[in-house]
Amino acid sequence: MASESSHSVYYVPEQTKYPFFASIGLFFMVFGLGSVLNDVSAGDSVAVSTWIALAGFLLLSFIIFQWFATVIRENHAGLNNDQLKRSYVWGMAWFIFSEVMFFAAFFGALFYIRTLAVPWLGGEGEKGLAGEVLWPEFQAAWPLVVNPDPTLFTNPHEGLNVKEWSVSFFAGYLPFWNTVILITSSVTLHYAHVALKAENRKRLLQWMFVTVALGILFLALQALEYVEAYGHYGITLDSGIYGSTFFLLTGFHGFHVTLGTFILIVMLLRCLKGHFKPNDHFGFEAAAWYWHFVDVVWVGLFIFVYLL
Amino acid sequence: MSSAAIDHAHDHDHHHGPAKGISRWLFTTNHKDIGTLYLWFSFAMFLLGGTFALVIRAELFQPGLQFVEPNFFNQMTTMHGLVMVFGAVMPAFVGLANWMIPLMIGAPDMALPRMNNWSFWILPFAFTLMVSTLFMEGGGPNFGWTFYAPLSTTYAPDSVTYFIFAVHIMGASSIMGAINVIATILNMRAPGMTLMKMPLFVWTWLITAYLLIAVMPVLAGVVTMMLFDIHFGTSFFNAAGGGDPVLFQHLFWFFGHPEVYIMILPAFGIVSAIIPTFARKRLFGYDSMVYATASIAFLSFIVWAHHMFTVGMPLAGQLFFMYATMLIAVPTGVKVFNWVATMFRGAMTFETPMLFAIAFVVLFTIGGFTGVMLAITPADFQYHDTYFVVAHFHYVLVPGAVFSLMAAAYYWLPKWTGYMYDETLGKLHFWMSFVGVNLLFFPQHFLGLAGMPRRIPDYALQFANFNWISSVGAFLFGFSQLILLLVVIKCIRGGKKATAQVWEGAQGLEWTVPSPAPYHTFETPPDPSLIKAQ
Repeated sequence: MASESSHSVYYVPEQTKYPFFASIGLFFMVFGLGSVLNDVSAGDSVAVSTWIALAGFLLLSFIIFQWFATVIRENHAGLNNDQLKRSYVWGMAWFIFSEVMFFAAFFGALFYIRTLAVPWLGGEGEKGLAGEVLWPEFQAAWPLVVNPDPTLFTNPHEGLNVKEWSVSFFAGYLPFWNTVILITSSVTLHYAHVALKAENRKRLLQWMFVTVALGILFLALQALEYVEAYGHYGITLDSGIYGSTFFLLTGFHGFHVTLGTFILIVMLLRCLKGHFKPNDHFGFEAAAWYWHFVDVVWVGLFIFVYLL
Repeated sequence: MSSAAIDHAHDHDHHHGPAKGISRWLFTTNHKDIGTLYLWFSFAMFLLGGTFALVIRAELFQPGLQFVEPNFFNQMTTMHGLVMVFGAVMPAFVGLANWMIPLMIGAPDMALPRMNNWSFWILPFAFTLMVSTLFMEGGGPNFGWTFYAPLSTTYAPDSVTYFIFAVHIMGASSIMGAINVIATILNMRAPGMTLMKMPLFVWTWLITAYLLIAVMPVLAGVVTMMLFDIHFGTSFFNAAGGGDPVLFQHLFWFFGHPEVYIMILPAFGIVSAIIPTFARKRLFGYDSMVYATASIAFLSFIVWAHHMFTVGMPLAGQLFFMYATMLIAVPTGVKVFNWVATMFRGAMTFETPMLFAIAFVVLFTIGGFTGVMLAITPADFQYHDTYFVVAHFHYVLVPGAVFSLMAAAYYWLPKWTGYMYDETLGKLHFWMSFVGVNLLFFPQHFLGLAGMPRRIPDYALQFANFNWISSVGAFLFGFSQLILLLVVIKCIRGGKKATAQVWEGAQGLEWTVPSPAPYHTFETPPDPSLIKAQ
């Protein structure tokens, strides 16, 4: 369809029940989650609030499933013209930008803590006065393994950062292998995309399987690392700012990898069902963009959380 | 693709009016319906937030504690700010964007109509969650709309958890709305509608949407850190664990300062539409308006710490943020100059939208000047956290943003309803609002300079006179808004028939469609010859 004529037949969908009920689901999900947290803090039973959160989550998930199914069905029916497809492309691109800014908040916090807040607490510069008065014993260091007040925030035993720059160290260093896995998965996903465009369905499925497997492997290793961090290293959420930044940065990344893996599994299932054409597969591309974005965030994480 | 299927869908979807009953509003994908929903929702929130403000002003009418407990007073200042910023001003501009952007660029609807419905319907639920905290055990949020840690973490009431989740979902709503606006403007313009022919309201919204997508996720990040500090023992904002409460302020204001421009850039767009219409001249300096808007948006990212001069900051930081802040006065001055130059030797008439627009130019400029005063670091040490700050930001937000919204409502009401509004009542509304708002906020400058701190329920005797004047102004301004409600309801029910162009000097695509605008407009793109440079 020529883009000139595409202006004349933009598909404005009919009324839809999805968003309103999705809002109800979202409401009960967050209300339930908030209640669970407050119940735990107050020492009350979380039974009721858990059910509310779960019901909201299930409603929201069900509706989002239906919503995507409808969009896919409409595209297969030929209702989406070039212009609408471009709207989806713009939408996804700007959504990823919003995700970049979400991570920027956590990276910004990490940089501020490492380069300003901790040195000030250690007594550096004019701003160091408060730290000197409050905790004269405190020494600025990163990773921070001795907190200003260890009675409030238990010290971790040691950091998870890179200890030495040698082949033997990296060979046994789990985050390094996770980096290799995630970067590889971006490459294999790219090959899947190439196969899709070349209409080689067998290759496409093979590379998609490999990519999903690598995603799951990454998550398994990440879980292993968390177990190690809690058990062996004594790094916990409440072990001071090192644990706080470590778990929120890697945790939100891990959450995004989980979501990305789930999306890739959906894409794999759609590939199995014969969806996507060499010239019409933005759903696949959007998933790939998301996966590459998650990969780039990890590279940033590896540099600033582990390496430096 | 088979064109038969498309034609079928086309016939099916476009050649009918709105659905009947409540389902029209719950399930709509029509940009005009969604715009209307946003506008009514924001007006309801405006009255609710205004009621909270009147509680504050009633308490401050005279010294001593009259009506409310200090803790409840703090909940009122907090909720007033949150409801007005996130519930009234932002959704009102989104409502105008929904209604007007497709009409102005010749598009059949917003780019992603179903998501558009979701952006709206999240909001009533988010605000139900947030406002309901007032009735919870321990009370609602009482830490100010800026929710500084540790007030909002260590010392917060339990309801803060719901506040955090409410902010999360309204942020999701804002981001989806902003993505929709950008996709619409970049992808849905009619052939011939080049970027530099777009009305300024569209330009300012494009830039506003960019700001929203850039900073709402940062707000989500900072409330997430709060949530983890409160419930999971992290120490982002706790120095005992190596964190820093000041980190909260940096993150908050990195969101908060662009947020200020999110609330004013679309206002610039509205005023840039109204002044040329009633001056019957083309807008002076269209290109410079676009560049000034972009400059303001860029600068908004590098000035956030001017909210934090007194918190303690290295000297280099103070100097940088002072000069960067003052730079904003340059593009803003360009804008004010252009508006005045547009009016210069114009054939001006003073219908209600024009009155609000002129008042905007004058009173917003006052707020801008006090902003430059506050930017001076050594002077800010004196002004910080006083009523001078309250006066400053209310001057830019009430006779600034809110007046522009009222101007927009009067300007486009005939296009929305098909009838002219009652001009006498409109003028009455304007003059009562104008007198009320100045009585309300001007004395607060003096109170602040004399040292009255903000966010307190009681004050020293020497502040009594200006406070009662301010409170009288508040009630005058507050109750005047019921006139607007009356005008709108009257205008929906009937009146003098509006023509398509409505205003003699009005230019632009929205004035080429009949009044009221049909349920579906620009299903086929408008004639490119209708699209003129601004």
